[in-house]
Amino acid sequence: MEAWIRARVTLALTLFALLFFVSRSSPPRQFVISNAERRIDLSSHIINVHLTLKVENTGTRPASEVVLTLTPTEVDHLAMVDALAIKGKRKKTTSVRLEVKPTELPDAPPIDAKYFTIYLADPLNSGESTTLEVLYVFMHFLEPFPAEIAQSESQLVFYHDTALILSPYHIKQQTTFIKTPSTKVESFIRVEPTNRVGTEIKYGPYEDCPPYSISPIHVHFENNSPFAVVEELVQEIEISHWGNIQVTEHYTLVHAGARHKGVFSRVDYQSRQFSNGASSFRYLLARLPARVHSVYYRDEIGNISSSHLRTNSLKSELEIEPRYPLFGGWKATFVIGYGLPLQDFLFESSDDKRYLNFTFGCPLIGMVVDKLTIKVVLPEGSTDPSPVVPFPVEHRLEAKYSSLDVIGRTVVVLEKKNFVPMHNSHFQVYYTFNPIFMLAEPLMLASAFFMFFVACVAYIHIDLSIRK
Amino acid sequence: MSNSSTSDLLKPFKLKTKQQELLIRVSILCLVYILAFITRLFSVLRYESMIHEFDPYFNYRTTLYLTQHGFYDFWNWFDYESWYPLGRIVGGTLYPGLMVTAALIYRLLHFLRFAVHIREVCVLTAPFFASNTTLVAYFFGKEIWDSGAGLVAAILIAVCPGYISRSVAGSYDNEGVAIFALLFTFYLFVKAVNKGSLAWGLASAFGYFYMVSAWGGYVFIINLIPLYVLVLLITGRYSMRLYVAYNCMYILGMLLAMQIRFVGFQHVQSGEHMAAMGVFFLMQVFYFLDWVKHMLSDTKLFQEFLSITVTCAVAAGGIALGVGAASGYISPWTGRFYSLLDPTYAKDHIPIIASVSEHQPTAWSSFMFDFHILLFLFPAGLYFCFKRLSDATIFIVMYGLTSMYFAGVMVRLILVATPAVCLISAIAVSATVKNLTVLLRSKNKVAQIGSTKGTSSAKASSKASLDQSQPFQKNGAMALLFGAFYLLSRYATHCTWVTSEAYSSPSIVLAARGAHGNRVIFDDYREAYFWLRQNTPPDAKVMSWWDYGYQITAMGNRTVIVDNNTWNNTHIATVGRAMSSYEDEAYEIIRSLDVDYVLVVFGGVTGYSSDDINKFLWMVRIGGGVFPVIKEPDYLVNGEYRVDKGAAPKMLNCLMYKLSYYRFGEMMPEYGKPPGYDRARGVEIGNKDIKLEHLEEAFTTSNWIVRIYKVKPPNNRW
Repeated sequence: MEAWIRARVTLALTLFALLFFVSRSSPPRQFVISNAERRIDLSSHIINVHLTLKVENTGTRPASEVVLTLTPTEVDHLAMVDALAIKGKRKKTTSVRLEVKPTELPDAPPIDAKYFTIYLADPLNSGESTTLEVLYVFMHFLEPFPAEIAQSESQLVFYHDTALILSPYHIKQQTTFIKTPSTKVESFIRVEPTNRVGTEIKYGPYEDCPPYSISPIHVHFENNSPFAVVEELVQEIEISHWGNIQVTEHYTLVHAGARHKGVFSRVDYQSRQFSNGASSFRYLLARLPARVHSVYYRDEIGNISSSHLRTNSLKSELEIEPRYPLFGGWKATFVIGYGLPLQDFLFESSDDKRYLNFTFGCPLIGMVVDKLTIKVVLPEGSTDPSPVVPFPVEHRLEAKYSSLDVIGRTVVVLEKKNFVPMHNSHFQVYYTFNPIFMLAEPLMLASAFFMFFVACVAYIHIDLSIRK
Repeated sequence: MSNSSTSDLLKPFKLKTKQQELLIRVSILCLVYILAFITRLFSVLRYESMIHEFDPYFNYRTTLYLTQHGFYDFWNWFDYESWYPLGRIVGGTLYPGLMVTAALIYRLLHFLRFAVHIREVCVLTAPFFASNTTLVAYFFGKEIWDSGAGLVAAILIAVCPGYISRSVAGSYDNEGVAIFALLFTFYLFVKAVNKGSLAWGLASAFGYFYMVSAWGGYVFIINLIPLYVLVLLITGRYSMRLYVAYNCMYILGMLLAMQIRFVGFQHVQSGEHMAAMGVFFLMQVFYFLDWVKHMLSDTKLFQEFLSITVTCAVAAGGIALGVGAASGYISPWTGRFYSLLDPTYAKDHIPIIASVSEHQPTAWSSFMFDFHILLFLFPAGLYFCFKRLSDATIFIVMYGLTSMYFAGVMVRLILVATPAVCLISAIAVSATVKNLTVLLRSKNKVAQIGSTKGTSSAKASSKASLDQSQPFQKNGAMALLFGAFYLLSRYATHCTWVTSEAYSSPSIVLAARGAHGNRVIFDDYREAYFWLRQNTPPDAKVMSWWDYGYQITAMGNRTVIVDNNTWNNTHIATVGRAMSSYEDEAYEIIRSLDVDYVLVVFGGVTGYSSDDINKFLWMVRIGGGVFPVIKEPDYLVNGEYRVDKGAAPKMLNCLMYKLSYYRFGEMMPEYGKPPGYDRARGVEIGNKDIKLEHLEEAFTTSNWIVRIYKVKPPNNRW
C-alpha cells in the first residue's frame, strides 16, 4: 500500500516537472508520430508491450535515429526491447530487425526519463514515413495488492502505466489496449474515452498529444498465473570430446507473487484444488534438447522422485514437481542434469577451430530469470576461447578441476541479468583443441596401473628380511 | 601335435602346486572382497545414493563440517543448532574416528584427482570397511586355525546379515568402521600373544586406538582382553609372550585412547575400565612371583611367599578400589553398562534406553534371521576349538561366548557377535570339509596305488584294512559334503534375500506397493525437511520428539530442542511433557523453550506404523520420569492404549493427539471406511473436532506423514 502511494506521488511529481518543461521549451523534433497503437498483455507476470508506431519525417534533412522514452521504473524492470521495421504493403510485409541502444539525449529536457534510440536501416527522407514495431518486455512489474493473501484467496495485482504514450515526439493519434487474464478487474482509472469489453480495456483514441504528455492510470485485477521466478540459474555445460556433453542446471526458484499468510491446510489443498491456492503452482515443464539421456532431478538432500520425462525425435519434455507446492514467497532449490550427444552441438569451423552451438536460456518454460550464469567447461588443454552471443552479456574465464585433471579446464562464464524467454537464442563458443589431449587421462590411468603391478612383482621377488 | 606345441608354449607359465594354491587363495579373497562390497549396494540401486536412518545424518553433518572447516574447527565446534538453548560441544562428545576416516578418504581421492562428492564417500564408507573386514577375518582365521578356515570365515562374514544390517551403503554409522577396528584389534592382539613380539603389541595398541576413536563399544575390548588374560593365567598358560603383548597393548593403548576427548581419563577413572588395570597389576605380580620362583630353589619357602604376596596384592587392590570409589575418583558403572549385565535394569531405571527398539532383548527369530546356519555351526565350531586348544582358540571361544551373551541382551549387539560367530562357524565348516575331503582323496589314492603298483608296501595294506573297517565311509563322506554345500548355498540365498528385503531400506524414503503392483514412494520426510530449510526463518527453533532431531538439523538446517544424542534426560522429558499436556499447559512450556515450530510424524493416512502416536507412551514415561505430574495411567484405559472413542479423556486432548489428528476427521483415507479412520491403528479416531488455540498448521506433507505447526505469538492482553 505504502509503496503504491509513493509510486503515485513520484509519478505526480514527474508529471508536474514534465508539464513545466513541456510548456517552457519543446525541442524541435524531426519526427512526428502519425499513429501509435499499444497493446499491453498482462496475462502472466511477464508483461509484453507491443507498440506500433507510424513515424513521419517532418524535418528538412533525412534522419535515421528514432528515440523511445521510458520512465526509470520501467527501465529497472525492462528485460528486453526489440524493434522491427515493417516494409511493404498488406500481405506482403517483411520485417527487418533494427538496432536499439540506450542513449543519452544531448538536448533532452531535464526530466527523469531514459532513452533508447532505434537506428533505421535506411535514413528516412523528409516527408517519408515508415512503420516501426517495438516490443518491450517487463518483469517484476506487477505489484501484488494485498501483498499477503491466505490460502483460499486469489491473487490481485496492480499495473501502473500512463494512458498516453511517453514520447519525445508529437503523436497525432494513439490508442492503448490492455488485456487482463480474466474478467475480474477490481478497479481501473478512466481517462476518457475508455472502454472495457471482456478482458480488454481500451484507452483512446487520443488525438494530438504534445511531446512528453502523460496521464497516470492503474489497473487492479486478478492474476492467478504462477509468478514463478528463477532468482538464480547456473548452467554448467561440460564438453567431453569422448562424445558427451553434460549439462547441470542449479535453480533457485521462488514464487514472487503475493506472500502466503497464515495456515497451509493440506485438507483444503487436496479437496478443493481450484478455490484453494489458486495462485500456487506445483508443476513445471522443462523443454530439453532431443536425444537427451541420463536425466536427473535432485536437490541438496537427495533425489526428488516426482518427475516425468517424455522424449521423441524432435524434443524432450521433462515435467518436474518441486517437493511441495509453491505458495507466495516460498522457495525451492533444485538441480536438473542431463547428458547430450556431442555431435549435435559441437562443430568444426573453417579456420580449424571448434565451436559449441547451444541455446542461451532457461529450459523451464515461461520462466523469468533474474540472474543467468552459463559456464561452458571446455576440455582440458583447449585454448583461445571466444564466446559469440547475440546480445550483450558479461563474460570472464575461470578454471575448474574435474576428475583426473592436472592443469584444469578452461571455463567460459557468461552472465546475463533479467532474462526472459524471448531471449532464447543460440550462442557459440569457439576454441582450439588438439585431440592428442584426449589420450592424456587414459594414459595416466594405464601407467598408474602398470606401476602398481610392477611394484607387486618387485615386492614378490625381493627378499626384505634382515636375517638369513 | 598342436596340443603338445601349446603345452610347450605354456611351460614357462605352468605353476607349481604351491603357486596354484596361492593364486586360488588370492583370487578367492579378491572375489570375496568385491562380493562384500557389492552385496551392500542394494539400497543405492533400489533408491539412490543417500544417507540412511537417524544417527548417520549427524555423522554426515559433522563430516561435512570437518571437510569444510578443517580438523581444528571441528575439534572445537560448539553446535548451537541442537539442544537449544543448551547447545552441544560436538568435538568433545563424539567419536571422531568415522568422520576423520571419511574425510581422509575424501582428501585422498581429491589428491588423486577424483572429483567425488563427500556424500558418496560417506555412503560407501561402510561397504568399503566391510570389505576390509573380510580380509581381517581371513587373516584372523588363518591365525587361529588355518588358511582354509580363514577363507571360509571371509566368505561367511562377507554376506552375514548380522553385519550387513549395519554396513549397507548409506548406513554411515560408527559401527560401520568399528567392527573392522574391533576385529582388527583382536587379530593383532592374538598375533601379538602368539608371537610375543613388541611390534605386534604396538600394532594392536594402535588398532585399539582406532577402535576407541570410532565407537563406544571399545569398552568390550578393554574388558574382554583382561578377561582373556585372566583365563590364561588361571589355566596356567601364562607366558612371556602374553606378558609382553598385554603390557604393550594396555599401556600404549590407554595412553593413545586418552587423546580422544570424549574418552579422556576414563581409562584410569571409570569403573568400566578398572578390570583392565587390575589385570595389569596382577600381571606384574605374576611376573614378580615367577622371578622369585626362579631365584628361590626351596618350594616350601616359595609357597609361603606366594600366599603372602597374593594376599597383600589383593588387599592393596581392594583398598585402592574402595578408596577410589568412595572418594569419587573412580566413577561407578554407568546405567548403560548395568543394563548390559542386567537386561531388566533399563526398563525400570532408564526409560530412554528402553524406548529404543534396538536396545530390546533379542528374540529367537532375529538370531535365526541374522545368523541362519551359523547358529548351529557355532556349537560345532566350539567343539573343534576345544579339541585343539591353543591361546588363539581360547580367545575366539571367549569372544564368541561373551558376545553371544550380549547379543542376547540387546538386539543391536548381534553385530558384535557376528565376527566371532562367523569365525567359529568357519572353523567348523573348514574342519569338517577338510576331514571329509582328506577321507575321499586318501581312498582314491589307495585305489590308484593298488591298481598301478599292486599291494607291495605295508602302508598300503594298513590303509586298505582301514577301508574295510568302514565300508560306507566314502559314500557317507560324499553325502555329508553335499549336505554341507547345500547348507552353505541356502545360507548364501538367505543372506542375499535378507539384505535385499530387510536391510536395504533407507527409512527416510518409504516404498510401498500400489494397487496395481507399481511402486509407490513416500518421500514425505524430505519434503518436510526441505520445506523447513527453504521457507522458515534461518533461526527458527523446531520442537519434535528426539528421534527426528538429527535429521532436522542435517536436512532441514534448523535448530532443534532435542536430538538423538540423548545426553540430557531432563530436556527430553520437558519435550515429552509438552507433548503429553493439554494445549494450554503445553503452550507455556513451548514458550519457555522459545519454540517456533512443532513437528510431529503421523502415519494415519498411509498406515505407517512407527509414528509419534505409537511412540507416545514412551514420551509419557520419559516425561513422567522427571515430572511426576505426567502419569501413565491417565493415558490408558484399563491398561490399554487406545485412540478411538473409548480412549482416555487426557489422551484425546493432549497436544500430541491434537497435532496428529488435527482436521483428520474430515479426511477419508480409505474407501469404505468412515472419515477419520486411522489406517496405522485400524480404528476411527475418537476426537474429530479438534480446535487449536495457540498453534496453527504451517505445513503438512502430501501423505500427511510429517505435520508442522507454527507457534502463534501470545495474544495481546489489552
